[in-house]
Amino acid sequence: MTSTAEIIDRCQALFEDLNFSAARAWKAAAPGRKVIGFLPVYAPLEMIHAAGCLPLGIFGGGDQMEVIHGDAYYQSYICRIPRSTIELGVTGRLDFVDGMIFPFVCDVIRNLSGIWKMMFPNVWSKFFDTPQNFDPEIGGNYYIHELQELRAGLETLTGRKITDDDLRRSIALYNENRRLVREVYAFRAREPWKAPTSEVYLLMRAGLMMDVAEHNRMLADYLVAAAASDRPQRDNVRVAVYGSFCEQPPLNLIKSIEMAGCYVVEDDYALVNRFLTADVPTDGDPVQALALAYLGQSVETSCKYVPKEEDKGRFHVEQVRKAGAEGVIYATPSFCDPALLDRPMICGRLKEANIPHIAFKYAENSGQMQPIREQAGTFADSIKLWS
Amino acid sequence: MSEAVKENSMLLQKQMIARNYEAITSKHETGRKVSSTFVPGNLNELLMCFGIVNNLPEINAIQNGMRKVSGSYIMEAEKGGHSEDVCTYVKADIGMMGKGSIAPNGKPFPDPDVLLLSYTGCYTFMKWFELLRAEYKCPTLMLHVPYEGDGHSTKNMRDYIVKQLKEVVIPGLEQVSGVKFDIDRLREYLRNSAKAEDDLVWCLEQGKHKPSPIDAYFGGVYYIGPIFTAFRGTTDAVEYYTELRKEVQARIDNKLGPLTPDGTSFNEQKYRLVVEGPPNWTNFREFWKMFYDEGAVVVASSYTKVGGMYDQGFRHDPDNPLESLADYCLGCYTNRNLPTRVDILAKYVEEYEADGLLINSIKSCNSFSAGQLMIMKEVERRTGKPGAFIETDLVDPRYFSAANIKNRLESYFQMIEQKRRGASKAA
Repeated sequence: MTSTAEIIDRCQALFEDLNFSAARAWKAAAPGRKVIGFLPVYAPLEMIHAAGCLPLGIFGGGDQMEVIHGDAYYQSYICRIPRSTIELGVTGRLDFVDGMIFPFVCDVIRNLSGIWKMMFPNVWSKFFDTPQNFDPEIGGNYYIHELQELRAGLETLTGRKITDDDLRRSIALYNENRRLVREVYAFRAREPWKAPTSEVYLLMRAGLMMDVAEHNRMLADYLVAAAASDRPQRDNVRVAVYGSFCEQPPLNLIKSIEMAGCYVVEDDYALVNRFLTADVPTDGDPVQALALAYLGQSVETSCKYVPKEEDKGRFHVEQVRKAGAEGVIYATPSFCDPALLDRPMICGRLKEANIPHIAFKYAENSGQMQPIREQAGTFADSIKLWS
Repeated sequence: MSEAVKENSMLLQKQMIARNYEAITSKHETGRKVSSTFVPGNLNELLMCFGIVNNLPEINAIQNGMRKVSGSYIMEAEKGGHSEDVCTYVKADIGMMGKGSIAPNGKPFPDPDVLLLSYTGCYTFMKWFELLRAEYKCPTLMLHVPYEGDGHSTKNMRDYIVKQLKEVVIPGLEQVSGVKFDIDRLREYLRNSAKAEDDLVWCLEQGKHKPSPIDAYFGGVYYIGPIFTAFRGTTDAVEYYTELRKEVQARIDNKLGPLTPDGTSFNEQKYRLVVEGPPNWTNFREFWKMFYDEGAVVVASSYTKVGGMYDQGFRHDPDNPLESLADYCLGCYTNRNLPTRVDILAKYVEEYEADGLLINSIKSCNSFSAGQLMIMKEVERRTGKPGAFIETDLVDPRYFSAANIKNRLESYFQMIEQKRRGASKAA
């Protein structure tokens, strides 16, 4: 049996490798292979996979990369992820990437899609706009056409037709991935001392940089290894972390929250593989199935409109209850419009539901963890003492 | 600062705005319904079909910025948990609620009956109305306008918008107003719109003259007022643009520049600029003065296209009313991708024979601001004309640093001079 340490070491190596050696090796392993980068928070990876391509999650440069060129493209009051993404591009770290998908997250990522077109005119790139109308007859029809357009774009890029059966096979693999991811999350919520979030996070991030079938095996191995591990249970409080779906906190911040006495039992770090909450049907029209899953079975997050006021924040409250979290840390990147505009509404709902919460901001390259540890530690203590 | 000198068209517009605020604030007496909606993707003609009065929170924020009260509203919102990082229009609007919601006519704003969330070109709009919806508990009609990521609209995008209009927006407005939709009434309003749009475009294009009879940024915000707000489709707007056109024509005939707020004709124009980005509103006159004091006139701007790109040929079309509204929403400036924005700005620099592109980057407006440094580099590269970058905010006075802006502008004008000297030597 592979140990959790061995699995996580591999994940960490993938996570830290900003030259994306594993993805380069995947591409080099067979002629004609193509790699498609995608930004947060959701892209239909099944479509990329069905085109025979490797979907590669591009989640900024983290805290290990010095941004030199990227800062020349953005004012000081814009978040960090676009500038580090440009840095990745300008420094040649993405020179093997054949296409880039910029899903709708916010205006910054949206505009980054245009910058990419100008900076890398020979790389196929696509702004992928998901619907904000969730009626299958309206937003659904629109989205089906958008998916078909994406399909056609990938077919042109690869010179290979994506059949419905290709797509169904990919959906089945990603269903398995989502099922295993849900299982890991459920396991962590049950026994968080056996699956620390610093590990679960790396496990999820690694999955965005490797073939899905391989990730499925890794997830299954981790579940077995984690269940068998013998780690001490601490007197930590159980928290959910929200607001961190796009630009990612540094790993040290994730660790700091745990070191401050919190078990993270629920989070929205990076989303992607938890964006759809149920299996996508593998019978019938696969494009329609992907569209309907997006409309009806996806998480509430700040880049989606919530049609009914009474539903706003409901998802967060329900997830907190389901995971048995005692409080919420709303941790957002600085200058993140979606998370920061949502913050008063989500925190308002948490308040109504008597769920203790705190909020702070970070950047992907935040270096000072002491204030985070103090804030999270005080929050944990306050829950222990008064909740 | 003395009272600004106003031309007839400005006085006409002032009366129109006053009447609209009166219609909004008297809704309890008149029984009229009031909507809140946004400038880009504004569906004024459609609202008129239902007799609904159009209130625009962005315009209220601008008014509050110019009246120097937005700063306290923003701080009020920040005290309430709204981040210092987000859009100051939103915070000025929400903070105003916390301070009694008083309209410019001194009367309290009534709660809206409907929030028409025409979501075009700006992500923040979606959150803004989610926030307002939580306060007002009124119906919210979402019109999602897809972004032109590939630089053009598609049939799918247009069909999606038309379908939302037919199945969400129009039935929703019928329900709120109790008025049945009449497409012929819409056609009639769209006919008025197209006429006013013709005149607006004519006026904006006169920036090509030397001296320019208009200032397409500081003056431009007045010229776009009626079409971008609660008056597109009205006969008032048609009359306004007829009057404006006469004034611009008179200035051309007399080789005069635009009227500055202190009442002088700005004829000694040394520098011709294209400006990208919205203006600062808290120090609007001071900001404008920095330009005309140095002899800089703005001959074209992108901000005057944020509520519709009529100069690129679009007109509201009474023969295809809903499709035309869809095309209008799709084509607003901030709904265009960055390469298209570069094309437009580079074309302005060439066609308006400008000395360069100046970007006023707004701290709290990512829709405009994210990518502007790339835009500047690209426009400079294509046109060979120097670009410059200044930073302010929409309605947050804390981010207007007069000395800093003045320094940068002066340096920019020196750079233009230098470039001219270099060009004349080379010739």
